[in-house]
Amino acid sequence: MNYKYLINRIFDLSIVLIGISIIVFSMIRLIPGDAVAIMLGANTEITDEAMNELRSRLGLDKSIIEQYFFWVSNIFKGDFGTSIWTGRPVIDEIYLNAWPTIELTVLAVLIGAGLSIPIGCFMAISRGSISEIFARVTAIAGLTIPSFWLGIVSIFLVAKLFPSFIALGYVPFFEDPIENLKRMVLPVFALSLPMIANLSRLIRSAMLDALSQHYIRTAKAKGVSNFSTVYKHALRNALIPYITSVGVSVGYLLGGSIVIEQVFAIPGLGRLVLGAIAERNYPLLQSSILVMTAAFVLVNFIVDILYLFIDPRISRND
Amino acid sequence: MIKFFSNIMKNDKLLFFSIIIVSFQVALAICAPILGFQDPYKMIMINRLKDPNLMNLFGTDHLGRDVLARVVYGYQTSLLTSSLAVILSLIIGGTIGLLAAYYRGLFDRIIMRFMDILFAFPILLLAIGIIAVIGPSIWGAAIAIAIVYTPIFSRLIRGPALVICETEYVESALSVGASDFRIIFFHILPNLTSVILVQSSLLLSAAILVEASLSFLGLGAQPPIPSLGLSLSEGRNFLLLSPWPAVFSGLAILFLSFGFNLLGDCLRDRLDPRLKGEFENKF
Repeated sequence: MNYKYLINRIFDLSIVLIGISIIVFSMIRLIPGDAVAIMLGANTEITDEAMNELRSRLGLDKSIIEQYFFWVSNIFKGDFGTSIWTGRPVIDEIYLNAWPTIELTVLAVLIGAGLSIPIGCFMAISRGSISEIFARVTAIAGLTIPSFWLGIVSIFLVAKLFPSFIALGYVPFFEDPIENLKRMVLPVFALSLPMIANLSRLIRSAMLDALSQHYIRTAKAKGVSNFSTVYKHALRNALIPYITSVGVSVGYLLGGSIVIEQVFAIPGLGRLVLGAIAERNYPLLQSSILVMTAAFVLVNFIVDILYLFIDPRISRND
Repeated sequence: MIKFFSNIMKNDKLLFFSIIIVSFQVALAICAPILGFQDPYKMIMINRLKDPNLMNLFGTDHLGRDVLARVVYGYQTSLLTSSLAVILSLIIGGTIGLLAAYYRGLFDRIIMRFMDILFAFPILLLAIGIIAVIGPSIWGAAIAIAIVYTPIFSRLIRGPALVICETEYVESALSVGASDFRIIFFHILPNLTSVILVQSSLLLSAAILVEASLSFLGLGAQPPIPSLGLSLSEGRNFLLLSPWPAVFSGLAILFLSFGFNLLGDCLRDRLDPRLKGEFENKF
């Protein structure tokens, strides 16, 4: 175990988290015009008192630096501010809306990561110019299919072919697990396809790389079965770059889920963010972006730490 | 030029194929006004949601507008927005990457740390946040995508630029007293052409998808501008009456993005097989 690596990573993590909080904080201040007047915009009457009241409630009457520290220290206390319209704590709304997004993302990661390994291995074993071109073109096509379009087309096809299958909306898992999973099929499929395309291609090239190494020749020479050379010796080495990519894909999935939630009418974080923009609910917008980005950063941090256990070379060299 | 193309056609059919797809679509977008398509804004209410027929090859949308014309003019919007975004981010991010690689030291550390922080955001989420600040429009989308791609370009350029900074020809340019500006832009930059070409094409492909997502969410092009993402989101509401507007605008996004991705991929193999992008999986 290399503690220097761990400490370096934790240092990086905290810098990135501080940076993210500064950027997200600045965003709301960069909105042209008076954010307070905009927020009150939906009300018919904007009085000076109402503006001053909201301004002091948001802490906007202090200096920028004071405001930032006020905001951050409140976050550490678990107070992300209150939603402008509902008056409820922002964190409650995020918590309520986080579950569908988490479920969608986790399922898509599992499906994407799980399916891409066998597909990638298959593509690596069946070499040859035709299969090479096929693998490449399908992988790129999978990567460039707009996932929301795939979602829309699949809704249409399902509605035409199986009218009894309801594809839209969300039912909490603990209320009705079967109904929940039924409604997750299409969104997860649409969301994970680009990931499958990307990861299986990565597995394929990593496998080709691993299969040409000396230790594979050694394994073959000492009479290890073909299956075992491919799946035990080569695959385990090919998985090393793959794990980073799974971590990075989470960022794509979080972004993609914003669009997919919109397509399938799933009340998740994406809908929260878009709703917050539409109704100019800036404390909510600010906090949801912060929470989603921090979640993504933390996932990648965990992946980095996992490396210490998966690839012992890192702890020796770094 | 002809020899160059016949050479490509013989040796690398996939590259040739991708050049054909891309140039066909770009030419369609540029020449749209002179190719005699219908007016993409013209609404004929009695012609609403028609299936494809001889008058309207792709059918009509919910306002009776010709879907084919809207797709072709949507190509214009999409290409304009995403290429503007890629060019902007290439100029800003590329310059940052070059300067960071050349000057190293504190400047490099601080600016690249800042780039890392921007890079830590999920791409679409950051773009949405930026649009919340600058307002939804074609230009808003272009600027948001440009900002999101700036750290990607700066990292992509900085890596190879660091290697080039160590070469003998940069050292000899230094020793004969060439200015920093001259070394950076006349000695280092030309050697990065293949990286820039490959990555611009790949990132353009991704930018097209991001732009379509933003317009789909109502954060990019605003109606009545013909936009592929917007048509898709409008078509969704009338899906069961007529799926064609949604189907064709989605296919158009797919082909456009696919063409540029394949082009970048084939160019990479041809220009520098060692360039295996670490950013492939982030869009």
